[in-house]
Amino acid sequence: MNAIEILGLEKTYLVGFWAKRPNRALHPLHLTVEEGEIFGFLGPNGAGKTTTLKLLMGLVFPTAGSARILGQEWTDPEVKAQIGFLPEQPYFYDHLTAHELLNYYAQLSGVPARERSRRVESTLHRVGLKDVHGVHLRKFSKGMLQRVGIAQAILHDPKLVFFDEPMSGLDPMGRREVRDLIEQLKHEGKTVFFSTHILSDAEALCDRVAIIHKGELRGIGAVEDLTSSVQGKVEVIWQGTQAPASMKALGAECHVTGDTVRAIISETQQDAAIDALRREGLRLIALTPVRTSLEAYFVEKLQHAETTAGRTT
Amino acid sequence: MNQRRKISIVAGACVVLSLAASALILRRTDQLRPQATAEDVLFLSSPKVLKRASLGYDGLLADIYWTRAVQYFGGRHHNNAQSYDLLFPLLEITTHLDPQLVPAYQFGASFLAPPPPNGAGQPDRAIQLMEYGIQNNPDDWKLYYDLGFVYYMNLKDYQKAAEAFAQGSKVPDAHPFMGVLAAQMAQHAGEFDTARMLWSASYENSQDKQIRANAIEHLRALRVDEDVTHLQQAVTRFGERTGRLPVSMSELVTAEGLQGIPVDPDGHPYKLTPEGRVELRVPDDFPFATKGLPPGFKPQPKFRSQDQ
Amino acid sequence: MRARVVHIASNTFREAVRDRVLYNLIAFALLLSGAAILVGQISIDIEKLVVINLGLTAVSLFGVVIAIFIGIGLVSKEIEKRTLYTVLSRPVRRWEFIVGKFFGLAGTLVVNTFFMAIGVFAALFYVSHKFVRADALILVALYFIVLEFLIICSVALLFSSFSSPLLSAVFTFSLFVIGSFAEDLRGFAGMAHGFTRWLVTGAAYLLPNFSAFNIVSSIAHEQPVAAQLIWQNTLYAIFYATMALSGAVLIFEHRNLK
Repeated sequence: MNAIEILGLEKTYLVGFWAKRPNRALHPLHLTVEEGEIFGFLGPNGAGKTTTLKLLMGLVFPTAGSARILGQEWTDPEVKAQIGFLPEQPYFYDHLTAHELLNYYAQLSGVPARERSRRVESTLHRVGLKDVHGVHLRKFSKGMLQRVGIAQAILHDPKLVFFDEPMSGLDPMGRREVRDLIEQLKHEGKTVFFSTHILSDAEALCDRVAIIHKGELRGIGAVEDLTSSVQGKVEVIWQGTQAPASMKALGAECHVTGDTVRAIISETQQDAAIDALRREGLRLIALTPVRTSLEAYFVEKLQHAETTAGRTT
Repeated sequence: MNQRRKISIVAGACVVLSLAASALILRRTDQLRPQATAEDVLFLSSPKVLKRASLGYDGLLADIYWTRAVQYFGGRHHNNAQSYDLLFPLLEITTHLDPQLVPAYQFGASFLAPPPPNGAGQPDRAIQLMEYGIQNNPDDWKLYYDLGFVYYMNLKDYQKAAEAFAQGSKVPDAHPFMGVLAAQMAQHAGEFDTARMLWSASYENSQDKQIRANAIEHLRALRVDEDVTHLQQAVTRFGERTGRLPVSMSELVTAEGLQGIPVDPDGHPYKLTPEGRVELRVPDDFPFATKGLPPGFKPQPKFRSQDQ
Repeated sequence: MRARVVHIASNTFREAVRDRVLYNLIAFALLLSGAAILVGQISIDIEKLVVINLGLTAVSLFGVVIAIFIGIGLVSKEIEKRTLYTVLSRPVRRWEFIVGKFFGLAGTLVVNTFFMAIGVFAALFYVSHKFVRADALILVALYFIVLEFLIICSVALLFSSFSSPLLSAVFTFSLFVIGSFAEDLRGFAGMAHGFTRWLVTGAAYLLPNFSAFNIVSSIAHEQPVAAQLIWQNTLYAIFYATMALSGAVLIFEHRNLK
């Protein structure tokens, strides 16, 4: 079963006060997310990521199209018991404590009464919030609020989790923790759908990604495929402080960094390079294929879209 | 989507049904509530304090008190009240808040002066109100008219009435009949034509439904009084000639050469009793008639008010 | 389903009770009750009258202010900020949210009124040194005030379902003022003609009518209250609040949450 099936969801807003002009926030979107995968939904700010999420959550009603979540109609309220949602920059009730808030959410999600406090405690622990008994949410820092947000999304052990910018507001340690958490979720068999504009996170975590820009889907595929070594280049790193003539002869551009040298050569010259280093008596440290980054793919897709639309960059 | 539709329909139905229910309850509550106490209706008894408290919104407040005055009188009148204690305070407050609210003075003239149940029975208060009105609106001839009217109708002070009409006639744009009335006061005070002229003028001068209805009733009553007077005179003449009373109206008509069987303004023929009295068929329909009433008859005024 | 409504209601109550604004307003109202004692001492005869009049008016006015501040703050704000997203992403129906909020707010106001009423009775005891039978009428007046609050809450929710916090507060307060002058509005309707008459009459029934609820001045003079009036006012409050809440549900059901 597919975790998410988006069947042509689209949203057009009417903007303006007197003469309403249509603003297409989302062109008809067709997308499938498989169970158990981490799916990244990428795009620049204002691309339509949040709109898509809001449509799926039933916060906004589509102009056309439908979707299925975990095999059921996306408007079915009961399906919400099995999903979790972390909105962008969440805001909570000022005067409650984290425990009270999570307890409230647990109640609403239908967690049985006897299990609630245990779940709340373990989830708080899991997101790294310690010693927050009796502290009102008003006093939480941005990072802490983000963790609370994540907590409420996974509290009821949902099968499918939606995160909108899960890393925002977190310091590098926090981001690392969230990355680990997301991987854990996958190991537990959950599906994670998260939207972000930070590509390195997506590259590290996701199985598949989709790129959306100005409300339209621009590209979709497995991260591995998208970043495969298209160029057929390899990177050679050896110990040393200078570039030997033989390497330069292979047409390599050498960069010295401390006591290592890096050079990029084409795949076909790989063996020749290894021989050259051996002859020179230089110690080979690493030989890795160069992968295009997700960023390059991303930028290329966006630029392609701009030019096809007839606009000059 | 189906769920949304269902909930919307249920919610929509709830809105309509509960609105209807609350409206019904409101109407029933009206019947239940006791007549508003003075505090409720006046809220603050002193006009001066109220004016200061109104924070500059006197016009609106004046309108509110004006409607209260009208509702107060209309409601009580419908139930044949014998006192209208709050009418003057309400009108006083109204006119203090908005001295240019001419209809308020006119209402006061019409319904403060006459005796209960058709009015508060306070002609002196009416005069007080009119004089205040004239002070603040010296160029409105209608107020002089109302003043004169009260002197004439309720106080029978024809001298003062003439003065009021005369003063009013000097105001620019005064209606021509003001001068005529002033003259008539001097000569024909108390006669049918003068009275008819005054009530017709009242009717034409006002847009207020209650004032107009009141004027019409008086005109009808005048008609009856006139008719009965003439008919009664015919009966007397008949008696002088024949030495007996006519046996029926038809005999009287034939003998005195009258134009057909005389009918009242409703079209009902006048009765002639064996004692020779001319009477109305349905005296209750003419609350202000003073003639043509059976002996010992007490009129039950049923106002042909705006409700009908 | 009902459980969720109860959870939302109790959460609303908890959030409201911890809002400092609440305490400031209650304190002010109690202060006013105390002040009533001082004012009453100007004339011994009307001491009790002043305490009742001023005290109950304070309960009523402050209650309305609290209803508006807290009501709008809790609901409109929740809709404007994104607290609502995390609630609606759970198996909670939109109508459950509205109804739960209503009961939470209503509960808050009832508790409020209770505390403020204690202040009034304390002031009353201070000036009269005893309670008489007629003082039970004060309870009726307080009950009617609570009914008014229910109506105000439902109206606040109605406006919150589609309007910003500031506008909702303004509209709700306006309806409160209009509701107090409702009888005059019906008087206007009675004097109008034709289309205007229909329009104004319709408005007079659509807008809340608090005239039958304002018995403060009459009970201050110890005039009795008809039992039927208590029934009818209760029914009116129930129907009117139902209407406003249904309207809120209807609007909210179709609202795109930006």
